[in-house]
Amino acid sequence: MSEQKPVLNKAGTISIEATQQASRPKRRSYRIEIDSTKNGSSWWIPFVSVLLALIVCGIFIAANGMNPFPVYKKMFTGAFGTSYGLTETLVKTIPLLLCGLGVAIAYRISVWNIGAEGQFAAGAMAATAVTIYFPTMPGLLIIPTMIVFSIVAGGIWGLLTAIPRTYFQVNELVTSLMLNYVALLAMDYFVFGPWKDPKGMNFPGTPMFTEAQSLPVLGDTRLHLGLLFGIIAIVLYGFFIKYTRWGYELRLIGANPEAAKNAGIRISRHILLVMLISGGLAGLAGMAEVSGVTHRLMYGISPGYGYTAIIVAWLAKLHPIGLVVSAFLFGGLIVGGYSVQTIGLPSSISEMLQGAILFFLIAGGTLSKFRLRRIR
Amino acid sequence: MEIVYQMLLAAISSGTPLLFATLGGILIERSGIIQLGAEGLMLMGAVTACLTYLQTGSLGITLLAVCGISILLGGIHAFLSVSLRANQIVCGLAMTLFGAGLSAYLGKPVSGLPVPRAVPKVDMPWLESVPFVGRIFAQLDLLTWFSFVLVIALHLFIHRTSWGLHLRAMGDNPATADVMGIHVQAFRYGYIIVGSILIGLAGADLLLVYSPTWTEGMTTGRGWIAVALVIFARWNPIRALFCAYFFGALDMLGFRIQLIGSDIPSYFLKMIPYVVTILVLMFLGWRNRNKPSGSPESLGLPYIREQRF
Repeated sequence: MSEQKPVLNKAGTISIEATQQASRPKRRSYRIEIDSTKNGSSWWIPFVSVLLALIVCGIFIAANGMNPFPVYKKMFTGAFGTSYGLTETLVKTIPLLLCGLGVAIAYRISVWNIGAEGQFAAGAMAATAVTIYFPTMPGLLIIPTMIVFSIVAGGIWGLLTAIPRTYFQVNELVTSLMLNYVALLAMDYFVFGPWKDPKGMNFPGTPMFTEAQSLPVLGDTRLHLGLLFGIIAIVLYGFFIKYTRWGYELRLIGANPEAAKNAGIRISRHILLVMLISGGLAGLAGMAEVSGVTHRLMYGISPGYGYTAIIVAWLAKLHPIGLVVSAFLFGGLIVGGYSVQTIGLPSSISEMLQGAILFFLIAGGTLSKFRLRRIR
Repeated sequence: MEIVYQMLLAAISSGTPLLFATLGGILIERSGIIQLGAEGLMLMGAVTACLTYLQTGSLGITLLAVCGISILLGGIHAFLSVSLRANQIVCGLAMTLFGAGLSAYLGKPVSGLPVPRAVPKVDMPWLESVPFVGRIFAQLDLLTWFSFVLVIALHLFIHRTSWGLHLRAMGDNPATADVMGIHVQAFRYGYIIVGSILIGLAGADLLLVYSPTWTEGMTTGRGWIAVALVIFARWNPIRALFCAYFFGALDMLGFRIQLIGSDIPSYFLKMIPYVVTILVLMFLGWRNRNKPSGSPESLGLPYIREQRF
């Protein structure tokens, strides 16, 4: 027989322990419990997650008959080892940073926006539309116009997810994902149809942008002004989330939506605004990509930036500095994925690694809240 | 009449993968766990089916391999969401992203290769003599018949057996179920794994019957449509059948309109299923604004024995 007795333990968590009757022999026993007072996970979790993901994917690579160590070495040197690789990594960091920041803001208040891919495409299309329909706009005006159009288009695409969520209680995960396919199909329509370059020998892409329509680049590298957009956005995010009333309300909604509602915060208005910003940032990333890197809208412009952004945000634990670091890391992962193609491996290695990293992050984030306690 | 017949057949053939995935989703979500990894599970099911069928040529081994992979992935999902009580939404996202990446990696060597016809049609002479529907039944294959059986079996299981009652109880209120003496954690493990097998079979059906060539990301959002279908079907297997065929028909509609020779660009026709999914979800949300949606009440909440709600 045992008797249930609630005990207030040191950490302030209430746990019910079965107290043994005195006649039984005393025995050392341990129990695993969740420490609910601990919020956030330990700092080392992301590092361990990346390491474990590398090990698991190494097993898959080995199963394919390749030695994983040279493969990883090739990926690493391809991404960070040469100055060309390093600038390429930075070029990939830009869209990941902007999209990752966008989804991170949404995740702050538990709005699961997985539509960054579609919002990115919407922004890219809007920026290209400016170059196609106003080709003679003077040089100083055109880049700001493209920026505004892309942010508005991405924001509207984000709102298409937020409106069903707030007014019709529709799960935003499904809507935002469905809208990804809609946006990508619309982009395919434009690059294969009305916007196709007539002199492009059937290449599915628009005509090349002019000098004035392209973002300035650093020296003769491919690194473009978009990096500045990313840094400005991160600084603004860090400032707003920490020092403004709006940021405080976002943090409150994220921590406890029920309490926030009772405190008089209008959650639905916040969701609309956050999705507008989230989509706008992804749209800006789309503009930076077409105007800074490819200089045209073309088929398959995004190697899944919008999906990688989800993992970027999660690895960073939504922290502004963490976002910069993890966007850089994943930029390197994409470039490294390309570089292993030269030794005959598919670039989808990097996608596999991304998924595995997210798995270990989730497991680690929860595991670090568990603790082993001795019962006396 | 010929058009209706063609349309029905097309709806069934493209709706069957959706049906399998929806049934798997219903089983998992009835036990109180959100299932958002369907896209990744379907892709893994499809790539496993492709690899094993090209390697062995045996349908039995192929289906067993698909089950094996699904059990493994379902086990991971169950471990994270039941034992570790992690955020089930992010769990599902991780499953989707990992499944997409791993299937692209594994499927690279067989990408674009045609898969020979694998699933035999079932001969039932007595059914085929029925006017009109007999013609449709004559065209159905083994997996489609299996999906019919599954719909009825699941319906009876959920609504007519004591295990089904336990399943519904643990989805609505796991603490009460626990007090009744049901081992909530163990049963959730079981239902997640069985549901994952069904979703894996959905991928296998997609590859072996519907479009017999592996291409990267070949599910094109079907897993997510299945997630939405679980909601349309209000977690009911019989409704799932009709919802899945409705979406199967939508999927084929664009194709048919193109064949007739309409000048609407095909890209817009391909958007139909995605746009309709959103519109139907909005309509349901509007209609059910003051009513319960029929979803299990503890959906997405991890169950911790000692925790008070």
